[in-house]
Amino acid sequence: MYGISRRGLLQTGAAAGVLAATGLPLRAQTAGGKLTAGLGGANTSDSWDARTHSDIFMIASCHGAVFDCLTEVAADGSLVGELAESWEASADAKTWTFNLRQGVTFHNGKSFGADDVIESLQMHVGEESKSAAKPIVEAISEMNKLSDYQVEFVLAAGNADFPYLMSDYHIVMYPAGQIEEAIAQGIGTGLYKVESFDPGVRMTASRYEGHYKGDGAGFFSEIEYIAINDNTARMNALMTGQVDTINRIDFKTESLLKANPALRIQEVTGNQHYSMPMLTDVSPFNDVNVRKALKYGINRQELVDKILLGHGAVGNDTPIGPANQYYHSEMEQLEYDPDQAKFYLQQAGLDSLDIDFSASNAAFEGAVDAGQLFQASAAAGGININVIQEPADGYWSNVWANKPFCACYWSGRATEDWMFATAYEEGVPWNDSQWDSDDSARFQELLLSARAELDSDKRREQYFEMQQILRDEGGVLIPMFANYVQAVNNRIYSPDTVGNLWQMDNARMAERWSVA
Amino acid sequence: MVTLFVVSIVIFVAVNLLPGDFAEAILGQGATPESVAKIREDLGLDQGMIVRYFQWFGGMVTLDLGTSFAQLNFANSLGGAGTVTVADQIAPRLANTMFLATVTACIAVPLAVTLGILAALYRNTAFDRAANIFTLSSISSPEFFMAYVLILFLAVLNPIFPSLSNIFDGMPFSERLEKSMLPALTLTLVVTAHMMRMTRAAIINLLASPYIEMARLKGLSPMRVIVKHALPNALAPIINVIALNLAYLITGVVVVEVVFVYPGIGQLFVDSVKIRDIPVVQACCLIFAAAYILLNLTADILSILSNPRLRHPK
Repeated sequence: MYGISRRGLLQTGAAAGVLAATGLPLRAQTAGGKLTAGLGGANTSDSWDARTHSDIFMIASCHGAVFDCLTEVAADGSLVGELAESWEASADAKTWTFNLRQGVTFHNGKSFGADDVIESLQMHVGEESKSAAKPIVEAISEMNKLSDYQVEFVLAAGNADFPYLMSDYHIVMYPAGQIEEAIAQGIGTGLYKVESFDPGVRMTASRYEGHYKGDGAGFFSEIEYIAINDNTARMNALMTGQVDTINRIDFKTESLLKANPALRIQEVTGNQHYSMPMLTDVSPFNDVNVRKALKYGINRQELVDKILLGHGAVGNDTPIGPANQYYHSEMEQLEYDPDQAKFYLQQAGLDSLDIDFSASNAAFEGAVDAGQLFQASAAAGGININVIQEPADGYWSNVWANKPFCACYWSGRATEDWMFATAYEEGVPWNDSQWDSDDSARFQELLLSARAELDSDKRREQYFEMQQILRDEGGVLIPMFANYVQAVNNRIYSPDTVGNLWQMDNARMAERWSVA
Repeated sequence: MVTLFVVSIVIFVAVNLLPGDFAEAILGQGATPESVAKIREDLGLDQGMIVRYFQWFGGMVTLDLGTSFAQLNFANSLGGAGTVTVADQIAPRLANTMFLATVTACIAVPLAVTLGILAALYRNTAFDRAANIFTLSSISSPEFFMAYVLILFLAVLNPIFPSLSNIFDGMPFSERLEKSMLPALTLTLVVTAHMMRMTRAAIINLLASPYIEMARLKGLSPMRVIVKHALPNALAPIINVIALNLAYLITGVVVVEVVFVYPGIGQLFVDSVKIRDIPVVQACCLIFAAAYILLNLTADILSILSNPRLRHPK
């Protein structure tokens, strides 16, 4: 227990230099104790069916504690094996062979093998399926069991990111032949075994003895996740010490938490971004000059300061954020410039422009305010924005991707291709800017070639170019990236590198944190 | 029964007037027209309102509250295995709410009646005024405000009670009681004023009656006059107002349960409205309505029993 595991060493390796410089000893994490977390984002409709998961309570419970995926994104963003030990691809990235970990058992004693992988993936496809991971699994044209501990996937088209996709929180491994039972009771291979689960109320679990991750992960002997959807109640629970950690800090009351010496705030900038998609096949947004005018007409820094109260970073109209591998951080930042906005309006043959912007706080907290700030800044560039407050109910069905210019948010994806394939590829249902016209031809071409490219340098080049295209010509305004802000009691130790792919250390606080 | 029938129509229409539906709420950003249509078809939401009303009403008459959409949707993607009915979902929550209501009633009713009697006894004194001002100001502020004030003083500044009332099955009774204390105190503050003022008013009303004068002339102590002579005659209105407030303890706890994260029926109600889980919302509404009707009925019966003139009509 007092040694440092291979995984732990890899994770902290990057930080080791810093630690040495500051004189902090590399510490071992103590086992035992209990983690109590108060989490917003729970529903009475929650279940152990990972296909339906979309919010943090179940992601942290299922993907983060009770179940495992084939692969896992480490806190530093690198991909490591979880139930898969290693994997290799054919030269065209079409055929992938996964070598599975041996000697793994489910919480009911059944041993884990290739059949479980195949059946767990199959449950996402089929006409009846409403799984959010359906597009990922549908891209697999063949699944072959090579041996009990080896599976081969043949993809319809090459995809260099396929192992990353296998870390998706929807694609967890269930025991073959017992999937219904496993969903009813929560039987996985994860570090923690379910003790009790009351949807929308509470989940408790205890450490599974003899877990394959050994002593290097899952330090708590028991965990309790309490559903607290009310912001103030969550904060009270943390302040009074009834829970050790909470997610989604209300920015307005953050100073109160900061003033409490027993607590610390964790803040990471990930891929979560607030966007304003324009339908690029609808006039006037089909004119690239109009889109450019709008890009110069928005004051991004002001939005970060006033809407996010500083808890975020300015966006550059690409959905690729600092949590991505090929994030183009050197790309020149678009700045607010009303003169440029006017210039591009003239290029479009217009003196002034009148447009509607549809927003609701269902898109993101403060979306309507953001629209009004945009209205004020764009007016200086000759753009008159009429902000329409839409009802929150049915926003995603009636407004988003229907109204020509609206507010939206994305939690982002772990890989560039995944993000683009979800919302920017020609023909996909969530392409919320209808980004498929001639303007996007080069982008779509790069998207396909980068997907099958295994050479990392070449991919970087291609993804950089794609980000450039989106910044200059794309149909989505992405003014800001919103930070994940959470708070932890000092009774709990958390490593210096906290995952930024998802809230709460990629929802894996039960695995990575320990009692201080 | 007729009332319940009318109430059921009102509930159904009101709930169905809510904008958006379960399919849109559960799919959120991921709603494509096909998946919305698929879920609606699975749940029978594509049928007309009248058909759905009678399906629901028919089930209710046979005491079948149906299955929640959340569970039904989940069962459909599983192939129809192991579903939890609305009744299963509501029962533990209702039990929790009843527990909270009982704890509150045990504090609030004796407190309110005692305060009312004392206020009547020492009417127009500093005590009477103070009790009135305190209870009226606590009833005048919104519940969540009282809740936060209590959290501030009893949980944050003086950590006596926990601010989180996450009780669960198998929790020892004493711990359960401790965890429920803050929501119970909040509710007490909210309901006490009404009961206390009614007690005071009913007693003072009687103090002008000839038989009270007689009692006083006999030389009885003021306390004895009130407790022995005035109170029994004032019982009917007091019982009525207590019943009304008990009903409120079951139906009006929504905000308090959310603030204290108390897993009662109010919280379930809020969560279900959020995802437009209509069967659960309707069942909760119906339970609230039934609670009101039953408690009012009980109050009527009790006030008849407390009044000999009504018990033995000529």
